[in-house]
Amino acid sequence: MHGEILRDLAYLLASVLFIFGLKGLAHPRSAVRGNLTGALGMLIAVAVTLVAGGVLHWTWIVVGLVVGSVIGTALALRVPMTGMPQMVGLLNGFGGAASFLVAGAELVLKFGGDAHAGPGALQEKIAIAASGLIGSVTLFGSLIAAGKLQELHFSWKGRKIWLSSSLLLPGRHGINALCVVIAVALCVLVVRNPETAAWYWLLVLAAAVLGILITIPIGGADMPVVIALLNSYSGLAATATGFVLSNNVLIIAGSLVGASGLILTSIMCKAMNRSLANVMFATLGPTAGGPTADEVYAGKIKATSAEEIAMLFDGVQRVVIVPGYGLAVSQAQHAVRELATLLEARGVEVLYGIHPVAGRMPGHMNVLLAEADIPYDKLKEMDEINSVLPQTDVAIVVGANDVVNPVARTDPSSPIAGMPIIDVDKARTVVVIKRSLSPGFAGIPNPLFAMDNTLMFFNDGKKAFDELIAAVKES
Amino acid sequence: MSFVLLLTVFVLAVFVGFEIITKVPPTLHTPLMSGSNAISGITVVGALVATGAGEGMLATGLGLFAVIFATINVVGGFLVSHRMLGMFRRKG
Repeated sequence: MHGEILRDLAYLLASVLFIFGLKGLAHPRSAVRGNLTGALGMLIAVAVTLVAGGVLHWTWIVVGLVVGSVIGTALALRVPMTGMPQMVGLLNGFGGAASFLVAGAELVLKFGGDAHAGPGALQEKIAIAASGLIGSVTLFGSLIAAGKLQELHFSWKGRKIWLSSSLLLPGRHGINALCVVIAVALCVLVVRNPETAAWYWLLVLAAAVLGILITIPIGGADMPVVIALLNSYSGLAATATGFVLSNNVLIIAGSLVGASGLILTSIMCKAMNRSLANVMFATLGPTAGGPTADEVYAGKIKATSAEEIAMLFDGVQRVVIVPGYGLAVSQAQHAVRELATLLEARGVEVLYGIHPVAGRMPGHMNVLLAEADIPYDKLKEMDEINSVLPQTDVAIVVGANDVVNPVARTDPSSPIAGMPIIDVDKARTVVVIKRSLSPGFAGIPNPLFAMDNTLMFFNDGKKAFDELIAAVKES
Repeated sequence: MSFVLLLTVFVLAVFVGFEIITKVPPTLHTPLMSGSNAISGITVVGALVATGAGEGMLATGLGLFAVIFATINVVGGFLVSHRMLGMFRRKG
C-alpha cells in the first residue's frame, strides 16, 4: 500500500516536471532547461514504474528499452535539419502506435481468454476503444504525412505520382463518412464485446484506413497544420490510454501535449486565414474568373542578374530576406548566411521575415536558419517585419510565393483573400529568387512579380546565393 | 480511481496546457513539437507494466512493441529537441 502511494506521488512529481518543462519550452531563454526538465520527469516516471509498477518479468522490458533507445538515439543524432519535418511526423506516429498497442495489451490482460473475467468498468472499455481509434489514426496519418514530407513517389498506370501532391480520390467525402461510420460501429462492438479481441483489431484497421484517407488529400503548404494536428492527436492518444490504466500521469502529460498541439494548429490556421475544416476537407485551387498568369505577367516581368543585384546593394542600409519552402528544397541556408555576413561587414542591417506557415511544419524556417548559425534575434515575426519593410532598401524573396502575394490584401475573391502576408511589395526594391513563374500552392499568379519595383532572378535558391556572393565580393 | 476524478484531472490539465503554451514564439514551434511529443511518450509507463506482467505471449508481445515505439518517441524526441535548441542558443 505504501508502495502504491509513493509511486503515485512520484507520478505527481513527474507531471509537475512536465508542466515546468513545457512552460520552459515556450520561451527561448528557458527552452533548453525546459526540455531537460521534461526528460527528468520522464526518467522519474519510468524508474518508478520499473521499481513499483508490479513488474515481474524483465527480459522483454530490457530488450524493448534498449532497442527503442538505440533507434531513437540513432534517428535523433543522424537526422539532418532539412529532414526535421519528417522526423517530427514519424515521432508523432510512434506515440500513437504505442497507445493503441498498450490498449490492445490491456484488452487481452483484462478481458482476454475468460469471457466472464469480470464486467470491467464501462469507462475502461470506452477508453480502450478510444485509444485504438486515436492511436491508429495518429500512426497511419503520420506515416502518410512523413511520406509526403520525404517526397516519396510511386508509379501508377505508367505515371509517376508524388505522395506530396494533394491526391484527391473520387467520392472521397463519401468514403470518409463510411469509414467513420464503420469505425464508430466497431467502437461500440469493442465496448460491448471486449472479450473478442478481433473487434479491437478491426477497429485499429478501420482507423488506419481513416488516418490514411484524411491525410492523403492534404498537400504542400497545408502540411504545417497537419503536423501540428497530429502532434495534438498523439497527446490525446496518451490521454485515452491514461483512462484505460486509470493513471493520472498519462492523462496529465497527454492533455498538455494535446493542448499544445491544438494551440499550434490554431496559430497555423490563423496564419492562412482558413478554418481547420477548410484545411482538412476543402481543396484550395484557382477560382474561376481570377486573372490568368498571362494577364498578370505579360510584358511586365523584369529579369535580373547577380551583378545587377550586387550593384543594388551599394549604399543600402537594410536588407530583408523572406524565405519559403524553396529555401529548404535547395538547401540555401548556409549560402544565405554567407551573403548576410558579407553585407553585415559593410554595415548593412540584414533581417529575416518569417511567415508562420513558411515551409512544411511550424517553425521550419527558424530551424533551417538556426542551423546556418543565424542568430534568432534577427528572425522577425510577420507583424514585426511588416512594420520595417516600408523602410527597407532591398527585400529578397527566396522560394516563397503565396505568403508574399499582395492579392491576399486586395482581391476578396481570391482563394488566399484575407491571409496575412509579408508585405515585401512595400520595400524600395524587391528581388524574387525563383526558378520560374510557376504558381505557388494556391495555384494563382502573383502580381508581386510584375510590379515596377520587383526584379526576378530566375535561378535555383542555393545557386542564386552563390552567384550573389561572388558578385558582391567582386564589386 | 473513479471516472469523475480522472475526468476532473483531464479537464484541469487541458486548461493548464492552454495556459502555459499560449504565445509561444514561432522560433520555438518545431522544438516545442518534438519536445512535447517526447512527453506524450509517457505511454511507455503503461507499456512497461503490460510487458512486465508476464501474462501470456500476446500481451507481452504487444507490450514489447509498445515499449519500443514509446522509447523511440521519448529518447528521439528529447534528444532531437536538445540538438535543435543547442543551435538556437548560439548568438551571432
